[in-house]
Amino acid sequence: MYGFRRVLAGLGLTIGLLFGAPAGAQTADIGQLVTALATGSFDDKEKAIVAIAASGNPRAAAIIEALGAGTLYVRKIDARIVIATPKAGGLALADAATGAAAGEGSEAELDRVRVNNRLRRAIEAAVGSLTLMSPDPKVRREAAAAVFKSRDATALAALESALAAEKDPSIRATMRDARAAVLLGSDASEAQKLEAVAIIRERGDREALSLLRGSQEANKGAIGNEIAAAIRSIEQNLQLWQAAQNVWYGVSLGSVLLLAAIGLAITFGTMGVINMAHGEMVMIGAYTTFVVQEVVRARAPELAGASLLLALPAAFVVTAAVGVAIERGIIRFLYGRPLDTLLATFGLSLMLQQAVRSIFGPTNREVSAPGWMSGAFELGQLTITYGRAWIVVFAILVFVALNAALKRTSFGLKIRAVTQNRRMAGAMGIRAPWVDAMTFGLGSGIAGIAGVALTQIDNVSPNLGQGYIIDSFLVVVFGGVGNLAGTLVGALSLGILNKFLEPFAGAVLGKIVVLVLIILFIQKRPRGLFAQKGRAVES
Amino acid sequence: MRETDKLLYVDGISVSFDGFRALNSLSLMIDDGEMRAIIGPNGAGKTTMMDVITGKTRPDSGEVVFDGRHDLRALDETDIARLGIGRKFQRPTVFENHTVEDNLLLALKGKRRVFDTLFARRATSETTRLKDLLELIGLGTQRGILAGRLSHGQKQWLEIGMLLAQDPKLLLVDEPVAGMTDAETETTAKLLREINKTRSVIVVEHDMNFVRELGVTVTVLHEGSVLAEGSLDQVSANPRVVEVYLGR
Amino acid sequence: MIVARALFADNRRLVLCIAVVLIAGIGLPLLNLLTPPTSALHVPTYVVQLVGKYLCYALLAVAVDLVWGYCGILTLGHGAFFALGGYAMGMYLMRQIGSRGVYGNPLLPDFMVFLNWKQLPWFWQGFDQFWFAAIMVVLVPGLLALGLGWFAFRSRVTGVYLSIITQAMTFALWLAFFRNDMGFGGNNGMTDFKEILGFSIQSGGTRAALCFASALALALGLVVAASVVGSRFGKVLVGVRDAESRVRFLGYRPENYKLFVFVVSAMLAGVAGALYVPQVGIINPGEFHPANSIEAVIWVAIGGRGTLVGPVLGAVLVNFGKTWLTGALPEVWLFALGALFVFVPMFLPNGVVGLWRSRVKRAPARADKTAPLARPAE
Repeated sequence: MYGFRRVLAGLGLTIGLLFGAPAGAQTADIGQLVTALATGSFDDKEKAIVAIAASGNPRAAAIIEALGAGTLYVRKIDARIVIATPKAGGLALADAATGAAAGEGSEAELDRVRVNNRLRRAIEAAVGSLTLMSPDPKVRREAAAAVFKSRDATALAALESALAAEKDPSIRATMRDARAAVLLGSDASEAQKLEAVAIIRERGDREALSLLRGSQEANKGAIGNEIAAAIRSIEQNLQLWQAAQNVWYGVSLGSVLLLAAIGLAITFGTMGVINMAHGEMVMIGAYTTFVVQEVVRARAPELAGASLLLALPAAFVVTAAVGVAIERGIIRFLYGRPLDTLLATFGLSLMLQQAVRSIFGPTNREVSAPGWMSGAFELGQLTITYGRAWIVVFAILVFVALNAALKRTSFGLKIRAVTQNRRMAGAMGIRAPWVDAMTFGLGSGIAGIAGVALTQIDNVSPNLGQGYIIDSFLVVVFGGVGNLAGTLVGALSLGILNKFLEPFAGAVLGKIVVLVLIILFIQKRPRGLFAQKGRAVES
Repeated sequence: MRETDKLLYVDGISVSFDGFRALNSLSLMIDDGEMRAIIGPNGAGKTTMMDVITGKTRPDSGEVVFDGRHDLRALDETDIARLGIGRKFQRPTVFENHTVEDNLLLALKGKRRVFDTLFARRATSETTRLKDLLELIGLGTQRGILAGRLSHGQKQWLEIGMLLAQDPKLLLVDEPVAGMTDAETETTAKLLREINKTRSVIVVEHDMNFVRELGVTVTVLHEGSVLAEGSLDQVSANPRVVEVYLGR
Repeated sequence: MIVARALFADNRRLVLCIAVVLIAGIGLPLLNLLTPPTSALHVPTYVVQLVGKYLCYALLAVAVDLVWGYCGILTLGHGAFFALGGYAMGMYLMRQIGSRGVYGNPLLPDFMVFLNWKQLPWFWQGFDQFWFAAIMVVLVPGLLALGLGWFAFRSRVTGVYLSIITQAMTFALWLAFFRNDMGFGGNNGMTDFKEILGFSIQSGGTRAALCFASALALALGLVVAASVVGSRFGKVLVGVRDAESRVRFLGYRPENYKLFVFVVSAMLAGVAGALYVPQVGIINPGEFHPANSIEAVIWVAIGGRGTLVGPVLGAVLVNFGKTWLTGALPEVWLFALGALFVFVPMFLPNGVVGLWRSRVKRAPARADKTAPLARPAE
């Protein structure tokens, strides 16, 4: 085994030397090499494989792969060497050396070029080195990553030659890592191994860690110490990344909470109306998204990617209208009676759930993710899905827009006027009941928009809203009533706290711990994080 | 804590809400048996001052000493009420779903812990005291009706009656005649003078005629501190007072 | 008992209510046992079961009313106390199964054997004794109420904030009891009970006795509630509901009053849950669902908050409606329940009893606010 590796390493070196030979010579040679490959002894075949791989000929990969796959044949009648691909009623043949079509044939007219186990290894190494030098950077990167994982010593030579030729710095880095991984597992000199450890340590991800852990056994002494130090350093580093990942998950959860709670911060926070049907506004927003998607699919399939964007205004309008209807129909009769409002709106939430269940059925509805929201990207050691990232961005946009609407528009001014001093606002000519209805509509509309976003991460079912209502209230109460910034901070800190507790306590217990902490927190600061102090008059 | 022979000793208290200074180094001393009227424009800190004295708001700095030995800053509303400071709110606050008599009964001085009230029975001394109080506040014939059905003025009197039932040493009365008819105002002034025979009273009021009728020392508050103090005539002549409050 | 006598003299309706409860609780099971099924007077077994269930709900409603109707604490978590009482009873009943379970383990309930547990967790010790379980039925809900109330009332959390906290509490328990490693049977809860105090849980006699016990518990609960609200304590309580700051400035400590009534109420709810479980034969985490607690509130609202007869009436009426509608038109039930929630606060703030009172006495609707209102947020 050991000796064999050495032979292969030597062969690899030959590849390295052959690499860079003039292109014309290579093409001339390929025919002979293919013939040697098909008809020579196993030793000849092995040499031919190495030579083909080193030839730089564009056909090289196809030929060697065909050999490995058992689709390289010698045609009996003219001893032409062909590659066969199955087609209806037989095999389509192509000349191995040139790739030109060579008619059709059947299994009976052909002799398969045979390989043994030793050849298979040579084939694998050759394919590896060929992909390492593939013109497609993606293939090269994957090949290097594969070598890093397999730590296949046979690939070392190919790797080194590829490294010498590589221009792309990030692929170079991957190749260097792979080379270091191979070296660490080989009998290379101590200096080389130390260098390899340093390179892998620099890489610093989970794979590097498992690689180092795996090689700890075989390496004692100075290298062993160095490896142990590298493992410690990577572990520390990874812990930081883990924390960062948790923060990201927390921010992601927090932005969902923010979306769900921010409408409530308006209705409950500024109007003092406790709307237990708020979750159902979110749910209606989600179902509106579903309906918009179905309509787009049926009427304008070319807009499918934009259906989520189309759903935003639709959901806002629908839920805002429902909100205004609720305010005009029920809540305005119950102002000053918060507990009765709570009961009435809870009843409303039951009716809305049942209504949706009757119309759309009790099962989950599917809202598909548009292309720009699927997939993920890497940021250092973090994996971030586009869907989550967009929801975070969206939550921030909604927050900023709402803040601006309340602070900078005349409607916002009216809302603040009415909530601060209703009678005085009335005296200034503001129609307070109208402002009430619009404010409630705004809060509900925002909830509907949140529903659009939630279709991407949650099941669209009649119970969608229930899962968010308690959390939303806790966020608003925690952040401090009547304060949008408090809601933002409340949502983010609850989200992050939840995600940091989860690894220790599990998802459910973590949630329970958060609930208990909030209950304790409300003891300390009954008016929330950003409470507004003031002379509360004898209430 | 300072030793003092004043019934109420308020020295240099400041309170601020989010940067707004509601009280700014306010000082006030009330003697045993004194009645004091406090006037001042809206936002002068009258109600906040009462909040501080009754333990509802904690001052950022300054001293509040009651009866020469109780540091009120360390106590809450219940403790302070038990020490003998009664407070009437600006808006009459009585138990609207209880009868007039029950309102007074709950206010009567006595044990106030959970198990005391759970097994309490009405003593004859209590019945007598209730009768006296009902007479004093002039609600004898309304004793059995729900307090919620009383007129605005009657509610004010009932609330004052409840304060008396507590048998406090000091009464804080916030705008007792707001919204009252002239006749009711006169009755209220009489009632307060009657009460003042045995207790100290602080009255916060806007109604100058009513203050004149009481005929007591007046303290003028402005922007959280004392602007002037003296008889009504004296403070009325003070140009600063005229400028910020009375004049124009 | 002087207090009680004076009270009943004042409150004929309450006496009538207790009488009806006792007659129904004794009479119906007796008719079920003593008359042949062919008789016109025969009461079917399922009716006895239903009545027993309604009586437990009524006791829960009385407990809710005690804190909401009289003290203004809108609790959205009383279902948790009910369920805890139920679980305590369920644990006793589980241990009575003994080796008759599917796995035949003499000590461990089936679900523990299934989870490969080797020994009984510490918190299951003692539940083989009825007296111990009976103490836990009131102690556990009482302690939870004491802990929560102590924190909440001391820091003056009121109104909807308190409602949300109580709801969060039952929500947390709901999540927790779904977990297998909590040791309470997880998702499936506890069921397949065999006997209680040595009597088969399926037998007609036991059913009748349980129904009667529920009636008795409700009657006792009403008497306890009546003496609490009829005392000077009760007057302070109503004062806390209507004008808490006035109570405080009179020198009372409202938090202690709230705490006491909250704990008493939680214990009543625990008893109701404990009687409920052997009659329905199952207890599972679903009982902790926040919706259950809110439903109990609507029984009180419909019957009439701040009265003692109201919650009994409301619980029976709503649950009768539920039984009937979920059988006849299951889709409509949630609409109907939801509509009740909307309708009652808007048009019937004093509930059915309030309606009855104004009709019977031909008096105009009371101008005062019987409804315990928190002040609008300022």
